Amino acid sequence: MYTAPHIVLPQIPNLHRIDTYLANGGYAAYRKALSMTPDQVIDEVKRSGLRGRGGACFPTGLKWSFMPKGNDKPKYLAINGDESEPGSFKDRQIFESNPHQLIEGILIAGYAMGVKQAFIYIRGEYHKWVNMMEDAVREAYDKGYVGERMKQTFGGDYTIDIVVHKGAGAYICGEETSLMNSLEGDRAYPRFKPPFPANKGLWGMPTTINNVETIATVPAILSMGADAYSKIGAPGHAGTILYGVSGHVNKPGVYELPTGALLTDIIQNVCGGVPGNKKVKAVIPGGSSMPPLRGDEIEGVRMDEESLKVLGTHIGTAGIMVMDEDTDIVKVTLRIARFYHHESCGQCTPCREGCGWMEKVLHRIEHGDATSSDIDLLLNVASNIEGNTICALGDAAAWPVRGFILKFREEFEARCKPQRNYISLNVVHGRRATADTLTRSY
Amino acid sequence: MTFTSDELATIATLKAQYPHPKAAIMPVLYMAQKKWGWISDDVVRTVADVMELPTSHVKGVASFYTMYFKKPMGKHHIQVCTNVSCMLRGGEAIYDHVKQRFGIGHNEATADGTISLEEVECMGACGGAPMIAINEDFYENVSLATVDAVIDGHVKKA
Repeated sequence: MYTAPHIVLPQIPNLHRIDTYLANGGYAAYRKALSMTPDQVIDEVKRSGLRGRGGACFPTGLKWSFMPKGNDKPKYLAINGDESEPGSFKDRQIFESNPHQLIEGILIAGYAMGVKQAFIYIRGEYHKWVNMMEDAVREAYDKGYVGERMKQTFGGDYTIDIVVHKGAGAYICGEETSLMNSLEGDRAYPRFKPPFPANKGLWGMPTTINNVETIATVPAILSMGADAYSKIGAPGHAGTILYGVSGHVNKPGVYELPTGALLTDIIQNVCGGVPGNKKVKAVIPGGSSMPPLRGDEIEGVRMDEESLKVLGTHIGTAGIMVMDEDTDIVKVTLRIARFYHHESCGQCTPCREGCGWMEKVLHRIEHGDATSSDIDLLLNVASNIEGNTICALGDAAAWPVRGFILKFREEFEARCKPQRNYISLNVVHGRRATADTLTRSY
Repeated sequence: MTFTSDELATIATLKAQYPHPKAAIMPVLYMAQKKWGWISDDVVRTVADVMELPTSHVKGVASFYTMYFKKPMGKHHIQVCTNVSCMLRGGEAIYDHVKQRFGIGHNEATADGTISLEEVECMGACGGAPMIAINEDFYENVSLATVDAVIDGHVKKA
């Protein structure tokens, strides 16, 4: 088992109240940041090795350094709490049990980049958690930790305002440029990059978009120092990470463990194993868009981006979905394809049409009406979506379909007819109305 | 179909929160849906008026998101997740059961308007799968055996 520090989700009761948070050293990290220059803060985050927790694992400090210096234009910070990837449910825990650490992280990030206004975008289904976050922000305003009164609380003249914005049920809003359009009050279509958000983001101004967990980690980095933080977890992907484990395990839930934890350890020890002591057939390591691993290849797999990359998959949002030996892989693939078809925003043709075709073909395979050439057709459609769309939703739809076929092709083949059934085709053809049959009926 | 002066004051505060007032369209649509139940064409026109935006824009935004209803829904809107994590733990059977119990399908409401049903995509409660949500409340770790009691309990409480 792991004895890692609980950095993002400390086990302290009532930590969601600002008084408890302050009593446990809250806002000390921000005071420490204020004693440094903004560039030193960015440098500290860079040296810590913190990588984004929203799925892309982009180095956070580097992202911050892309923001232009100076104050001639307003700059914005958007916190991505859309969390719609099936299998991820980690940010919810932060809104619920440690919202003030997120607020403190926003203060530090805002100070480092010279941002005066931040938006926390939370998915609409999280009504209760939006309210919790709003309560926390209100409490912070009332106590003078956010807004104009920061000048009295902390000294200096830096202030930041925080607005909690509630989404309305669209997976695509987790994509950063789509989130910006949604926040601006438009339909949430992703934007072309470049221009990148750091140059032209919200309302055309420099903007940084970070995941909730990423920002909630920042105060801990300032408190313990970049060197100490960079020693936690796997080299190349430092720190702790919130693993959200779901599916066929005895104790599903969110667990904060260091990066690079053994996947088998998480499943067997942390989550109490598979119900009925069944074997693991497949594991999706990082939310439904990530290519799966077969049950017989998870031995020794470490949960960090560099290790998973070698195996052709990614850590994504660390939403681990475990499937036991009785799972119908074709059905799971169909369900994932159906999700992406439903959530495609419809802007790019390869994704809009391709996701629909993947769902239809998978439906045919699931119903036993397909031939093995349909499996190759699926791979072909997947390859034609990937890389040909404005945002990554196309890739997210293509990867799991291709991943499941590559790893479990025999299951797909078993559902297919060995070759096309020409007889039933001829029956259909024979029933078609032709000039001949039409004239005869009169 | 108009907003009261109190509501208009709230809308003005919402608009002032953002660098550009257009950004308040999502919270205002939520307010409208709470007041009138769903986003009809009349509601779209009213929202367009207060937001000073073209009706086509408001309709475009309202129709983009699944949480703005395009037709009247029940007083108790039951949302059953059948995405992967819930599916692996029996979410589909729960969906079928609720469908049969009330005799309604996806995005349909009962004739008396008390119950409506939606087969939803992942709600972000995978650790408590299978889950259902009724209006704004999440119910996790439900099963075929408990789902009826969960629904009845919610209806009674409301």
